[in-house]
Parts: sequence; structure tokens; C-alpha cells
Amino acid sequence: MSEWRGISVFIEQDNGELERASLEVLTRAGELGRKFNEEVLGILLGHETDNLVKEASRYGADKLIVVDHPDLRHYNSDAYTEVVSYIINKYRPRYLLLPATRNSRDLAGRLAVRFRACLSAHVIMVDIDEKDRKLVTAVPGFGGNIVATVVCTGGKPEMATVSPGTYEARVSDKEATVIKETIPADLVGRRRIELVEKSVSPMPDLSRAERVVVAGLGTGGDLELIKEFANLIGAAVGVTRPLADMGIVPRDYQIGTTGVSLRAKVAFVFGASGAPHFVYGIRDCGTIVAVNTDREAPIFENCDYCVVADLFDILKALIKELGGGK
Amino acid sequence: MVALKNIIVTMKVTPKPEEIRFDPITKTVDRSKATNEINPADKNALELALQLKEKYGGKVIILSMGPPFWDQFIKMGIAMGADDAVLVSDRALGGSDAFVTSKVLAAAIKKIGDYSLVITGEESEDGSTGQVPPGIAEWLGIPAVTYVSQIVDVTEDSIIVRRTIKGGYEVVKVKLPAVLSVELGVNTPRFPDFERLQWAQSEFKLTIWGIKDLGLTEDEVGFKGSLTAVTELRELRPRERLRQFIEGSPEEIARELIKRLGLK
Repeated sequence: MSEWRGISVFIEQDNGELERASLEVLTRAGELGRKFNEEVLGILLGHETDNLVKEASRYGADKLIVVDHPDLRHYNSDAYTEVVSYIINKYRPRYLLLPATRNSRDLAGRLAVRFRACLSAHVIMVDIDEKDRKLVTAVPGFGGNIVATVVCTGGKPEMATVSPGTYEARVSDKEATVIKETIPADLVGRRRIELVEKSVSPMPDLSRAERVVVAGLGTGGDLELIKEFANLIGAAVGVTRPLADMGIVPRDYQIGTTGVSLRAKVAFVFGASGAPHFVYGIRDCGTIVAVNTDREAPIFENCDYCVVADLFDILKALIKELGGGK
Repeated sequence: MVALKNIIVTMKVTPKPEEIRFDPITKTVDRSKATNEINPADKNALELALQLKEKYGGKVIILSMGPPFWDQFIKMGIAMGADDAVLVSDRALGGSDAFVTSKVLAAAIKKIGDYSLVITGEESEDGSTGQVPPGIAEWLGIPAVTYVSQIVDVTEDSIIVRRTIKGGYEVVKVKLPAVLSVELGVNTPRFPDFERLQWAQSEFKLTIWGIKDLGLTEDEVGFKGSLTAVTELRELRPRERLRQFIEGSPEEIARELIKRLGLK
């Protein structure tokens, strides 16, 4: 058997929608590949993938391995595990990086056991050790307060899922060589999981939004003025975990450790107390404004402009001053 | 009439994250002052399992891996309505990573046997890897559906569930037995029944297994069996902020913010 070499990246798509976070991971893999002289392999599974292939080949991979099959159009835990395992066995990459999204975490959890390989989850830094070339990652734990440096001590490929927004996706001047792989038919033939129905609406890319307005529990779930204000300043809307728990908005809009990390230049936080797992998600924002009725709320330790007031009064005043409202 | 067999619910006890302290000198995590609680998503998993049982039958069994003092939390689960519980507890398990955890839990699930479903929380509050549920499924050689928000139906050999995906949901039909990981907050876990809690505390007999009972050796678990190692811990300090209070009437505050942030 050949040696395990190269850095592979799982490029996630679902029903033709490319997951941008995988391009961020691919960009990072390109940097590591240049530094450590490792070939970078993108792995893309899907159906009628021409546009996806075109896009994915621009982010620094040397090779882009594409498996196009009708049964791979939608993410399927079984089919994807089998096909990616087949690709790994064929190309034997030393490292496998995936975006830390729901579907890729699902896949990574299965692959790690299948290959008896190490897996570092939801990392906020991925690197290779200069000396022994082991995969080194930074993993936030305990609500994001504490970061652990985690190294792989056994198994190949050495795996990590990387938090969306950790790295920036950058178009490279190099275009990947596309390799179309055909797979044995029985790899996707097993029908233990079947898609019955799917419903998705387009998602704003919160982690890339320049302005974000965040609603906390203090809003009581009433987002009308929040949305109106956000519209006026061209901002995206996010929520804290209690609001997502209430089911008012999908969890994709949740800011914090188990959700999205923001990089906004300006973030408004209305009615959030400032729990560590939330503050973690706004740590990279430029200027943060917080509005809360409680002067002692921890959010005021973690913002630039503190406003002790009823958030709806402030929202109404902001909307009026910006010329909105009726 | 569809009848489910064992419904095994995995449960973990986690410290409240906001009460964890970090000692910058010893570089260790101090959990001693933090309140322990049943991992929030695991409560949602248990609630889902109890609802399934009410509709489709079966026996709800809690499975946990941790120190002996977790028994008091497991008994809360019994008081919520679970029928039985197993705690895998062994000194050798200290330092187990997600790889080992999924292996141990899968071995215990095999030993319990006769299961239709393994139901877990989507992830734990302290580790947050989310990789144990698909890991268990891989060890058991059964399918997994992660981030489940709702049960749609149970048929003779399958279960139909709704799972959360980016920007929406999908409904999938999966063959039994299967692993389901349940999204945090998808239901309101019931309160423990007071009388049942008294029974659980005085008469219920928790089954405790060591690794030998599962046919595992010390080399396969704990630090030795893990494939990842933590080499350093550090505190992530949020950056210093201005923390400037803006006072005045709502209109004055609004004007001031608009000016300072250049919103107009």
C-alpha cells in the first residue's frame, strides 16, 4: 500500500447548492499544502455538477475529484460515507478536512469510525505540526470559554471539521485538474435512508454579513421592529440561542458556539444578556452596540457602546431617525 | 399495529458552561463550582423517546457512560418516564475521546440488545463534537439520521423523521434499527413525576457495567484508546471593548449611535 499523502477537503453540496464553508476550508488547505509541500485534493460528490466543479476548482486545490451520480444529488449519510470511503481508500490522503456543517459532521463522524481515525470537531484553527507533521487543531469547549489544542495521535486520514467562517475563501490563480471518478454501482445501491421531501429557503450568509442585528430573549420573540431596523441599515438578522430554542427562526440564524460566528463591521445586540456561548459568536465583530434594561448584564462587558434602555424604545427611535416607519 | 422494541436513549451529565472557571496558572479547567445538569439536548432526546413509546410501544432505556455520581441524574430520567437504565462506569474510561465514547456506547447497546432505535442529543454542551451519534451507528452497522426535529411516522420496518438542514428541513425514511440524533430544543421535556422519583430513589436498581462486562480492555478505552490528545488548554478572552455607556432619551441615543456608526 502506498503512503498516506496529501490534504483532502470534502466539498459539500446539497441539491446543487455549494456550501461556501467548504471553499474556506479548501483555501486553508491550499495554504498548508504550499507550506508543507502536500498535494491538495478536493472531493466533490453530486449530480449534474458542472457549475459546482467550475466554482470549486478555483480555490487552490491541485486536483478535484468528482463523483457524479443521480443518487448523490442530495446528501445521504449512507451513500456519501460509502463513496467518500472508496475515494479515501483509492487516493489515501493523509489529512481530510471538512466544513463543520450538519451534513459534513454527520459524514465525518461515520468516516472517523470507519477508518479508526482521529477526528477533531468544530475547530477554529487547523495546522500541521512542523516536526512530526501531525494534524494540530484548536477546539473550543465549555461554551467557547476555553480552547484546547488537540493533536491527532492515531489513525489515517487525520480528520477535522472546521467551523464555518474560520478562514476566508479566496480565489486562487491556479485551477484544479478535474478527475471524474466512476464508482462501483453497489456503493450507492443500499437503500436504508430515502429522501421523502425537502424544503429549503435561501439563507443569508450571516458569517460574511457586514452588518448584523441580533435579537435576544429580551425581545420576547417579537422581531418586527428588529427586522424593520435591519432593513433600513442593510443588515442581516441573527438571534441568540433562547430565541432559536423557541423555534421562532431556524437554528441557522443562531449566533454563538453552536451556531454562526459573526465577522460584521457593526453588530447591534438587542435584549441579550451576554452568555459566554453567545459572546463567542460576536468576538470578531468590529463595533458592537448592546441594548439591555439591566445595567449589570454581562453583555455590557463585551460591547463598545452600551445602552441601558427598553430595546423597543431605542428601535423605534432609530427607525424614526433613519427615516423609516409610518 | 407497529410495535417498537427497545428505545435506547444516551444521556450525559454536563457542567453549566457559564459556571466553568479556568485556572490560567495550572492551565486546568475547574468544574467543581459548576452546577451539573443533564445535557440539554439529551433531555429533548428522552422526551422524544417517551412520546414514541406512548404512541408505538417499546421500552425506554437510558444509557450513560460516566462516574457513579451520575446515578442521581439518571434517576431523574427514570422519574420522567424511562423504564430502565444502564450506567457504564469504569476508572479506565477517564480521558476517553469521542471515538472511544462511541465505541463503548455501541458495545453497551449491543449488550442491551433487541433495540429498534438509539436516540441521542445532537451534541453535548461541553464537548460539542456531535460525532458520537454517527459514530455509534457506524460501530453498530446501522443507519443514522442526525439533527432530527420531529417524528413523522413509524411503519413496519422504518421510521419517517424530519431533520434540520441548512435553511430548512428534509423528511427521510430510514430502516430500523437506526440511530437518531435529536436537535436541541425541539420539544419541551416533561418534568419528573414526583412519586416516580421517590420510587426511583428508593427501589429502582440501576444496572452498572464496567468495561470488562462489555468485552473491552483497558488499552481500548480512556486516554490509551483515544485517537486525539489535548496538549494545551487556554482561555479564550474576548477582545477588550470600549464599553462606553450612551445616555439620554431614546431619540438622543439613536442620533448618537447613528452618528458614531456612520449609519446615515
